Amino acid sequence: MRYSAWSLLRGALSGQRHWPAAWRDAGPQPSYDVIIVGGGGHGLAAAYYLAKNHGVTRVAVVERGWIGGGNTGRNTTIVRSNYLFPESTRLYDFSLRLYEGLSQALNFNIMLSQRGLVMLAHSRHDLDAMSRWANAMRMNGIAAELLTRDEVGALAPALDLSPQARLPVLGGFTQRRAGTARHDAVAWGYARAASALGVDIIQNCEVVEFLEEGGRVVGVNTNRGRIRAERVGIAAAGHSSVLAKLAGFRLPVTSYALQAMVSEPIKPVLDTVILSPGTGAYVSQSDKGEIVMGAMLDLFPSYAQRGSFAVKQAIIAATLALFPSFSRLNLMRQWAGIVDVVHDSSPIIGPTPIPNLYINCGWGTGGFKAIPVGGWTFAHVLATGRSHPLAEPFQLDRFITGRLIDEAAASGIAH
Amino acid sequence: MMQIPCIHCGPRDESEFACGGTSHLARPALGESDQAWGEYLFFRDNPKGLHFERWRHAQGCGQWFNLVRNTVTHEILSVYSITDPPPA
Repeated sequence: MRYSAWSLLRGALSGQRHWPAAWRDAGPQPSYDVIIVGGGGHGLAAAYYLAKNHGVTRVAVVERGWIGGGNTGRNTTIVRSNYLFPESTRLYDFSLRLYEGLSQALNFNIMLSQRGLVMLAHSRHDLDAMSRWANAMRMNGIAAELLTRDEVGALAPALDLSPQARLPVLGGFTQRRAGTARHDAVAWGYARAASALGVDIIQNCEVVEFLEEGGRVVGVNTNRGRIRAERVGIAAAGHSSVLAKLAGFRLPVTSYALQAMVSEPIKPVLDTVILSPGTGAYVSQSDKGEIVMGAMLDLFPSYAQRGSFAVKQAIIAATLALFPSFSRLNLMRQWAGIVDVVHDSSPIIGPTPIPNLYINCGWGTGGFKAIPVGGWTFAHVLATGRSHPLAEPFQLDRFITGRLIDEAAASGIAH
Repeated sequence: MMQIPCIHCGPRDESEFACGGTSHLARPALGESDQAWGEYLFFRDNPKGLHFERWRHAQGCGQWFNLVRNTVTHEILSVYSITDPPPA
């Protein structure tokens, strides 16, 4: 059913009881053209674009838990394309452009709110670095504006702008097209649109083995039986190394816990996204009114989706240094996602050393903003066997050749 | 918060330490291939489970040591000197 004002009005006459399930909870078929392992944003988006862009509809997304239950449900919903290098800029701005049309394309309101993102400069050196950053963005065709302290204050009056502040604000820069989107809606929008095109979304289905014949991957063995496929794609974020080990290769990935948290909901006080590279803090206010806070990684390898108390304290301290008035808020929820960090903070989208097996990983702390382009380019390589031009620089072999894309801006903060 | 048992100072809060990543990686010879150097520099087992890793008591004695830690439960199973071979 197409979602529209008309269908909402029609439902008003019948008590809104006419809505069918948004997508089909499928069971596994014996074989598919493509199996995608991982039902997060990237996997679901790849399934949708396989069907939409390439006409490949015999597709299964196998998810060991429930869709959108990993990092897609554990991020701070920020979307932006303020990167340094041309390769990254092309990739992430393509993603932001897809986000800008996504509610229409999917017929699902992803609640994109281009409220802008402000990077704060706390020192003269920060100001210099941000001039370079903003200029690099402009050179790559992305609008960025340097801000004075007063201009920052006009955008976010709740910031402590006094000269006595623990972290005085001297200025900053903004990408006005950046903002937030509703994370669950992105997962469900892609799932619904993919399902409508014939994709099977199979939950509670964990891959325990990759089936190989003659050194090539020909399917997966799961807790719900064997499924064969022409090609298999892994989109499993922090668990990429676990799946790679099952298939018999290694990745340049280390898994860390990245925490975030929200306060109790309050009236609107912050209508932009604030990022302070000096402290690592990023702060925004959700549409429900919660103050959403995140910052640095728990800097030791972890597969525990909780995060440690010491880092939680540091994140809160960093937030309160910027916004002292938030100190009286109660913390409502805290969580952590397991992120797949690679040495150059840039993703890997392409073939693996095992024929017919492909991977989309390495997004680290910034995968949510890249869901549309991750899905788009992953679908391209899964459908054609060739990398999408946008993804060509982001291949696994760069860690052998040394052609890294050392994107310090990828995480937005210094990890 | 983890309590990490420094072999010199005894148990201290995790915030006093810095993790230095996987232990016991053998550096290839200078003449080895790009493949071998790439593997050494970047590729890791990244296990879900037991991990042999180096830590430094950065805010304490400043010394490096090794430990065996579970990356799911964060339980520390063994602590040993930086020059010792991995425990069986």
